[in-house]
Amino acid sequence: MELLSGADMIARFLQDEGVEYIYGYPGGAALHIYDALFRQDKVKHILVRHEQAATHAADGYARASGKPGVVLVTSGPGATNAVTGIATAYMDSIPMVVLCGQVMSHLIGDDAFQETDIIGVTRPIVKHSFSIRHPSEIPEVLKKAFYLASTGRPGPVVVDIPKDMTAPTERYEYVYPKKVKLRSYNPVTRGHTGQIKKAVELMLKAKRPVFYTGGGVVTGNASEALTDLVQRLGFPITTTLMGIGSYPQGDRQCLGWLGMHGSYESNMVMHHSDLVIAIGARFDDRVTNNTSKFCPTAKIIHVDIDPSSVSKTVRADVPIVGPAQGVINEMISLVQGKEIAHPEALAEWWEKIDGWREERHGKLYEPSQPGEQLKPQEVIEALYKATRGEAFITTDVGQHQMFAAQYYKFAKPNRFITSGGLGTMGFGFPAAMGIKLNYPDDQVICVTGEGSFQMMMQELSTCKQYGVGVKIVNLNNASLGMVRQWQDLNYKSRHAHSYMESLPDFQKLIESYGFTALRVETKEELESALERTFADKDELVFLDVYVDPREHVYPMQVPLGSMRDMLLSKTERT
Amino acid sequence: MRHIISILMENEPGALSRVVGLFAQRNYNIETLNVAPTDDPTLSRLTVTTIGDDRVIEQITKHLNKLIDVVKLVDLTEGNHIERELMLVKVKALGAARDEVKRTADIFRAQIVDVTPSLYTVQITGDAGKLDAFLQAMAPVGVLEVARTGVSGIARGDKVLSL
Repeated sequence: MELLSGADMIARFLQDEGVEYIYGYPGGAALHIYDALFRQDKVKHILVRHEQAATHAADGYARASGKPGVVLVTSGPGATNAVTGIATAYMDSIPMVVLCGQVMSHLIGDDAFQETDIIGVTRPIVKHSFSIRHPSEIPEVLKKAFYLASTGRPGPVVVDIPKDMTAPTERYEYVYPKKVKLRSYNPVTRGHTGQIKKAVELMLKAKRPVFYTGGGVVTGNASEALTDLVQRLGFPITTTLMGIGSYPQGDRQCLGWLGMHGSYESNMVMHHSDLVIAIGARFDDRVTNNTSKFCPTAKIIHVDIDPSSVSKTVRADVPIVGPAQGVINEMISLVQGKEIAHPEALAEWWEKIDGWREERHGKLYEPSQPGEQLKPQEVIEALYKATRGEAFITTDVGQHQMFAAQYYKFAKPNRFITSGGLGTMGFGFPAAMGIKLNYPDDQVICVTGEGSFQMMMQELSTCKQYGVGVKIVNLNNASLGMVRQWQDLNYKSRHAHSYMESLPDFQKLIESYGFTALRVETKEELESALERTFADKDELVFLDVYVDPREHVYPMQVPLGSMRDMLLSKTERT
Repeated sequence: MRHIISILMENEPGALSRVVGLFAQRNYNIETLNVAPTDDPTLSRLTVTTIGDDRVIEQITKHLNKLIDVVKLVDLTEGNHIERELMLVKVKALGAARDEVKRTADIFRAQIVDVTPSLYTVQITGDAGKLDAFLQAMAPVGVLEVARTGVSGIARGDKVLSL
């Protein structure tokens, strides 16, 4: 039997749970825990420069690896600074465990120094939360936190730890709980066989089918199974922003991604289809546009692990609650050896799809002419070529995010790392940091804009401390591009607070941390700069690429319209 | 439509705020709410009445079920059920009205549980409609204070909500 203090139990539990990195920032209420971490060397703590960055770094790691990211912050401002990152993880169903220091138990409720009711503050943005009431419950509560965060529909779990729970003087028995059980929590392990049969019947009879798959396929480790099923059936597939890479984007059957700024062919196919097979996607408003005009002629099969996602915004004709991988595998075994009922209709469907593809081919944007400013799209295309599509790409939020999603082609899941649901500016750089620490041999690139980057650029200091060699591609248009785009379209180009007249000299700024920064204004400069950037994968390089601020992201769905109602350029619409 | 949803949940701090928070967060409404521990001290039973169409009620029950503290729930209005609410009401009882209050209380099978020279405190149980009717009957006399528990309920027959 081993007697440990609460703080030592936390450090030991993290070791036993196999946690390699935690991201955090110390403060009064967390100091016992920090001391325990100091006295061991298995769990490495990464000191960020702002707690929001700690959550994004843990989140980035979780998205890349599928394992829960771990954060440690102190009470009060430490915990409230983490809130945006917790909400980001919640909206995208990312497993995360956030350990928050809290003031001593007897002070709770007295408005003590650095006291915040963080359980209350985070209640709507966590999967669950715990407050430690006795040091002896620490191992079991932590195990429950990791279990809840990473099973079923994953999400962030907050554990509030009053300082007296970690006091070094009080010791209790420590046993690592291998398993925990919660009587009220039993995530589904398989879909309903009858419903799956019904779905497969519809799939085999469909004339104009389309797969619409989301982040659930990525978190559910179902990419391989999905690729198998889609190829067996020969149906077209479109993914959500969160589902990018869950089916190889270079494949003929892949239409790209759908929704607000999705591909023309994806949105057209959805609108005209007679069967939508949705897997691990949640019919978000950025996908459906106006739900009353959504896919008017389609029956809808909806597979999701979370029953509350099914029929939430769009009614499912065949709802299936279950894990993506299991359900898809069952579908495969039912499809095996069977023929689709209307091969000629499917061939006709493909003809139509290829027609839509052809319509927009080569018309997605106007490349820059010599002497003109670079277009942001061509920067992403060059980035894709330079990295052969093999890099981890993280993004912030705005035009650069959409361009990265449109022009970088992903063959694998867990590679496009973006805040899809919450749309958090400042996410990309710390997320890249979290990934690079865990995948040192890979190229990890944060595609960002000068607006987003400035929200978390203090993390340059963290990268310096730990030698984190991420690459930053700053699409610098000296304006908040997406805001500006909306103002161009809806506010007669009145650019209210969407431009920046006081940008720093990024080159000097980056160099002050001892890193390399390259200023790029022409195509020739871009090519050599990219080569220089990726020459050493351990070096942080910042590419400050000046791009045309007048550029818009297209296609763009028309508000309140159906999926096929799109602006295709500044002068064309469907 | 009005629904009565009964929930068995962990008798833990924070559990109630998660249930109530869910209603606020997702823009659902709460008409009445009552909660108390059950014969099993680790479990509380919470009963909420809410109004919504089928789609909204389906979402409410799914989201409630998703809360980690919720162990089991039932929408009592889906089947035959018994619905009860207890109300304590202070009414003026002066002059001729004193007898009238007593007579009306008898008709409603209510009990007078406290008496002063100028008022009666009446205790009445029943479904929400009966309680409303009693208040209406008392209105001309003068209702001074009302304390209602909110609806509690249980299914008729052999159906049991337990672990």
